[in-house]
Amino acid sequence: MSDESYYVPHSSPYPAALAGALFLLVLGFILRINGHGVGIGFMAAGGAAAIYVVARWFGSVVAETQGGVFHPWEDRSFRWGMAWFIASEVMFFAAFFGTLFYLRNISVPALEQTELLWPGYQGGWPTSGPAGQPFTPMAAWGVPALNTLILLSSGVTVTWAHWGLLKNRRNQLIAGLALTVALGLAFLGFQAYEYRHAYTELGLTLGAGVYGATFFMLTGFHGLHVTIGAVALSAILGRAVKGHFTPEDHFGFEGAAWYWHFVDVVWLMLFVFVYWL
Amino acid sequence: MSVKFPLLLAALAAAAPHSARAEWAWNFPAPVTPLALDTLHVHNTFMAIALAIFVVVFAIMLYSIFTHRKSRGMEPATFTRPSTAAQVFWTTIPFLVFAFIDFILMGIPAYHSVVVMEDTRSDADMVVKVTGSQWKWQYEYPEEGIRFVSALATTPEQIADRAAKGEHYLLEVDHPLVLPVGKKVRILLTSTDVIHTWWVPQFGAKRDAIPGFIRETWARIERPGTYRGQCAELCGKGHGFMPVVVQAVAEPEYRLWVARQKGEQAAQAAGAERVWSRDELMKQGETVYGKVCAVCHQAQGQGIPGAFPALAGSKVVNGPALDRQGRLVKDGHLDRVMNGKPGTAMQAFKATLSDSEIAGVVTYERNSFGNKMGDAVQPAQVKALR
Amino acid sequence: MTTGELALHQAHAVPPRGWLRWLTTTNHKDIGTMYLVFSLAMFFVGGLMILLVRAELFRPGLQLMEPELFNQLIGVHALVMIFMALMPAATGFANWMIPLMIGAPDMALPRLNNWSFWLLPPAATLLLMPFVLALFGVGTGAVGTGWTLYAPLSVQDGMGMDFAIFAIHLLGISSVMGSINIIVTILNLRAPGMTLMKLPLFAWGWLLTAFMLVAVIPVLAGAVTMLLTDRHFGTHFFNAGGGGDPILFQHLFWFFGHPEVYIVLFPVWGFTPHILSAFARKPVYGYRAQVYAFWVIGVLSVIVWGHHIMTSGLSTAGLLYFMYSTMAISLPLSVLFFCWIATLWRGAMTFEAPMLFALGMIVLFGVGGLTGLVLADAAADAQYHHSYFVVAHFHYTLFAGGIMGIMAGAYFWLPKMTGHLYSEKLAQWHFWLTAVAFNLTFLPQFFLGLAGMPRRIPDYALQFADFNWVSSVGAFFLGAAQLLFLVNVVKCIRGGPPAGDKPWEGAQGLEWTLPSPPPRHTFQTRPVGE
Ligand code: HEA
Ligand code: HEA
Ligand code: HEC
Ligand code: CUA
Ligand SMILES: [Cu+2]
Repeated sequence: MSDESYYVPHSSPYPAALAGALFLLVLGFILRINGHGVGIGFMAAGGAAAIYVVARWFGSVVAETQGGVFHPWEDRSFRWGMAWFIASEVMFFAAFFGTLFYLRNISVPALEQTELLWPGYQGGWPTSGPAGQPFTPMAAWGVPALNTLILLSSGVTVTWAHWGLLKNRRNQLIAGLALTVALGLAFLGFQAYEYRHAYTELGLTLGAGVYGATFFMLTGFHGLHVTIGAVALSAILGRAVKGHFTPEDHFGFEGAAWYWHFVDVVWLMLFVFVYWL
Repeated sequence: MSVKFPLLLAALAAAAPHSARAEWAWNFPAPVTPLALDTLHVHNTFMAIALAIFVVVFAIMLYSIFTHRKSRGMEPATFTRPSTAAQVFWTTIPFLVFAFIDFILMGIPAYHSVVVMEDTRSDADMVVKVTGSQWKWQYEYPEEGIRFVSALATTPEQIADRAAKGEHYLLEVDHPLVLPVGKKVRILLTSTDVIHTWWVPQFGAKRDAIPGFIRETWARIERPGTYRGQCAELCGKGHGFMPVVVQAVAEPEYRLWVARQKGEQAAQAAGAERVWSRDELMKQGETVYGKVCAVCHQAQGQGIPGAFPALAGSKVVNGPALDRQGRLVKDGHLDRVMNGKPGTAMQAFKATLSDSEIAGVVTYERNSFGNKMGDAVQPAQVKALR
Repeated sequence: MTTGELALHQAHAVPPRGWLRWLTTTNHKDIGTMYLVFSLAMFFVGGLMILLVRAELFRPGLQLMEPELFNQLIGVHALVMIFMALMPAATGFANWMIPLMIGAPDMALPRLNNWSFWLLPPAATLLLMPFVLALFGVGTGAVGTGWTLYAPLSVQDGMGMDFAIFAIHLLGISSVMGSINIIVTILNLRAPGMTLMKLPLFAWGWLLTAFMLVAVIPVLAGAVTMLLTDRHFGTHFFNAGGGGDPILFQHLFWFFGHPEVYIVLFPVWGFTPHILSAFARKPVYGYRAQVYAFWVIGVLSVIVWGHHIMTSGLSTAGLLYFMYSTMAISLPLSVLFFCWIATLWRGAMTFEAPMLFALGMIVLFGVGGLTGLVLADAAADAQYHHSYFVVAHFHYTLFAGGIMGIMAGAYFWLPKMTGHLYSEKLAQWHFWLTAVAFNLTFLPQFFLGLAGMPRRIPDYALQFADFNWVSSVGAFFLGAAQLLFLVNVVKCIRGGPPAGDKPWEGAQGLEWTLPSPPPRHTFQTRPVGE
């Protein structure tokens, strides 16, 4: 195979299968939230199929990587692809941050001045709105600050793992990855604790006006991304244990690490704009 | 094809609505407020400019199309960009002209009319509060204490082509908004359910009515007359059936009207004090039901499965209306009608119906469509619960 | 598998035959074909829906349907036409042509490419399924809020809304993945020597389209997600009682919605100069200027969204800002128009179907664009907003600019893609009937709007009767004319005179150096640049 040739993968059943699985998953979800019990069945089938297909799909890409079919330009395609994917994720979070900004700075002040409809509404932030229930906002300097520390450290540990990889120190790579995953899980644990606390003691729920809504949507989607990142890093950890990466060629590792850093940065923004200010 | 084509057209023309009312209007209807006049003016300017650009740009293109064709033996040129100073000059010119058109020729008059449009407050002589609800408008004169609902007067038979359509088909209401001419009226807008848009073309005024917020616009009507418009924001199935009708009258006439309204409302309030007979309530209820509720719950209370619950046999209707102490039963019949159900099309009717109307319609529902509760709700009871 | 084995496997891999080939393909030409076929089918679905609507609007009174169904038909018509007819058509051309134009072996991420396509049929199913479910008594039909999904109407709407939300999610994933693929292909897989400033304009148009998609689709996804939680999970994003604001949804929607209109037209504006230059037998004029104009429009597109909500109560400063920034878009567009006309100037034109459609597109889109400029006037927009004037405006842009543009591209590239010439006679008929019927349908709507007819109403006052009658008649002719296109395409795929490598005398670009149809795999090795 000449160095000037391209690798074009042959036919694959996975993409279409994944689309089908997602169809079942969302169809089930729609039916479920509209009170049709059959939905659960569709969701289970679709979800299981999606997980299986994704695993197989990535598995085949890994096999190709290990088979050495990729050239520098395919590697570059993966990198560009991942970078633009993260860019789209940035915009997804931007929508929610924009929402937070709008609600705090435009919507709530406007309602404060709508004396005709909401007499006596004081507004301010945090608020659950003129018709909302009372609640206690989440304090920044308890669990959230701890979680900030955890995520920041996990950013350090992936980087440390990366150095290990670059210097071909496999143990450092594995240890760094394992630590990162563990920190990610710890983060999720604390977040679960925090949510429980919010629901049971603070009266802070999804329904607690715009504060509750933005709080849970932002932290919730972030938590989802931490979960995805942790799964990705675990997969990378597994591959590292199998000895998959070389100092020159380790896009899989880098993709997951970029994603992790992105999740990190989002958290910092969250900490500042959701918890602190 | 050549024979069938005119035939087809003739057939279509025969099927077309040949109504005396139909008219070929080419521009805005005649403005009757300064705002509408201003709007018409910028509109005409903009359209003329756009038309001029269109003609010039496409005349050049058409000239090229007719002359630079292969069939005329043209040898294609090869230039790909402005290369000489003169060409650069000739390409910059249109750009500058367009910038001038955009921001000076069009931008300045537009600026002026935006400022006029947004100035709702200065020198306002009176205020009217307009509340949109699916699918009617409620008008309120805070200074006079007058309040009434204005709903479509066209009948379902006319809409279904089972009865002849009147002159103002779909643009007629039972209770128009009455305004004095020559006064600057500040119009406050809000809504009880979804977004509606209050629009009278001849006023040049169109503004959204947003639930939970107040928006405003204004009108200074310069000629007496009846002006008609429609709700302009998609607001559900009755969106096409939510007209706005404004009657502009001279000041003295307006005063008279206000006095009459006040009298009627006082009588209504008094009505809430006395005890109504079952028959009176049923009669009142039937009218209200037909006018307000039947659009959703249907004439026989059968509802529309999946969208609007049937009232015939409904657990809510056939449950308690009030508890023994005369308080509302949560999610009970009266509660549902007075307070609605947030997040659904069932709105809080205490905002739009009077005490006797609510008492009537609840009593009516409890004793119609095969429901046989046998009890009645009194206007006074409703009043106490507001 | 060892390297050798895998390579061998690759070289001898025969694609599965029958439907499995299409389901599993990673070939950009196959995928492009699927996009195009899907798009054509959906164009007819969306068209059929609106023909029902136009039949209802044929005369005053309600004859054919309940208002609920009417509302569902218009909204689904719009979603189908924009997301499932126009956008996939553009993506189909991108798949087919960009690799050929830039000398790439395929799209950069072929499996992702397949996934992007196969998300579309499930999305279409989700969007249309509630119509069918309603027949069986489940739910109240499809989404009934118009394509703009404004809260709180959409919070109140039935189950069809949830179907629409998830259809939009799938469409969004598809678009974002497709865009990533196109960006990566263009940035990474160009033939050596093809610098960015030598990129064909079609690729440039698509590159900017993809940037915009990556930037705005996720925002739409966020918006409909909030809608979902407001509907089912008790949040108050769009509910004043909880401190939220219905207008927030409009801001989010139009932050997506305005760029969307350029998203659907950039690909067309990208290949328009190719066509003009081919049939004027003259090089493209002002390449650089057009690239810069694309950039300027792309950037402006994300800061002007407020012109859609000028009656919602923006501040005076907001109104003026959105008015002037919207007007500014006419400047880069005037650059495009200028370059297009200068490309024709002193050429040697002939008027085959692609050229006719391209010229028709330019003139009629000109009407749409100039009326857009008129709409931008914040004060007069109070009169136009939500009237048929707007409906006319956006059909001049979306149908004349979008669909007619796509038709130009289709006739231009059909010979390349199928290896056969289409019937020129049929195509000429198609063009002239379309042009006439289109104006018959939508020109009257400008006057309806000015006279005060609101959009999205199933029944109207008597003074609007005459123009509506004309418009409905026009719509049926317009629909019938499109059948000619269908016939022509099917015939062309089935057979026809061989096209040769370069059926158009003046066509330029790498794709015309390949055989028609091009072999399954082109540029397996990196082509040597100039
Ligand atoms: C492909 C689709 C497309 C395109 C390209 C455009 C292009 C433009 N649109 Fe349009 N628009 C829509 C699709 C599109 N629009 C849709 C779908 C809606 C309604 C959505 C809904 O509510 O459902 C809408 C609504 C809409 C509104 C809101 C109306 C309302 O609801 O009240 C406005 C207001 O400013 C507007 C403006 C413009 C402008 C200024 C442009 C400009 O980009 C046009 C620029 C082009 C030109 C100006 C013409 C060519 C240039 C020349 C010939 C050179 C010289 C000219 C000058 C310098 C003046 N559009
Ligand atoms: C790409 C976008 C696109 C396209 C191509 C079209 C194409 C058409 N549109 Fe559409 N339209 C929109 C985008 C588009 N539209 C949008 C965004 C809205 C706003 C929705 C909203 O308010 O939310 C809208 C709304 C809209 C309305 C306003 C509804 C209302 O407000 O009440 C109308 C009314 O006339 C209309 C008409 C048409 C017609 C006649 C065509 C024709 O061009 C269609 C031509 C095609 C066919 C007809 C199909 C082909 C033929 C057949 C199916 C064969 C059978 C036919 C015969 C034998 C005759 N459209
Ligand atoms: C815009 C449509 C609409 C109008 C008009 C309307 N309703 Fe309703 N109504 C609804 C909807 C939707 C519900 C279901 C709410 C829910 O989800 O529980 C409902 C529920 C009810 C119920 C409870 C029925 C049950 O079994 O749950 C009663 C009683 C009722 N409406 C009475 C009325 C009366 C009285 C009027 C007129 C004064 C009226 N409605 C007007 C839409 C409407
Ligand atoms: Cu109210 Cu439309
Ligand atoms: Cu726009």
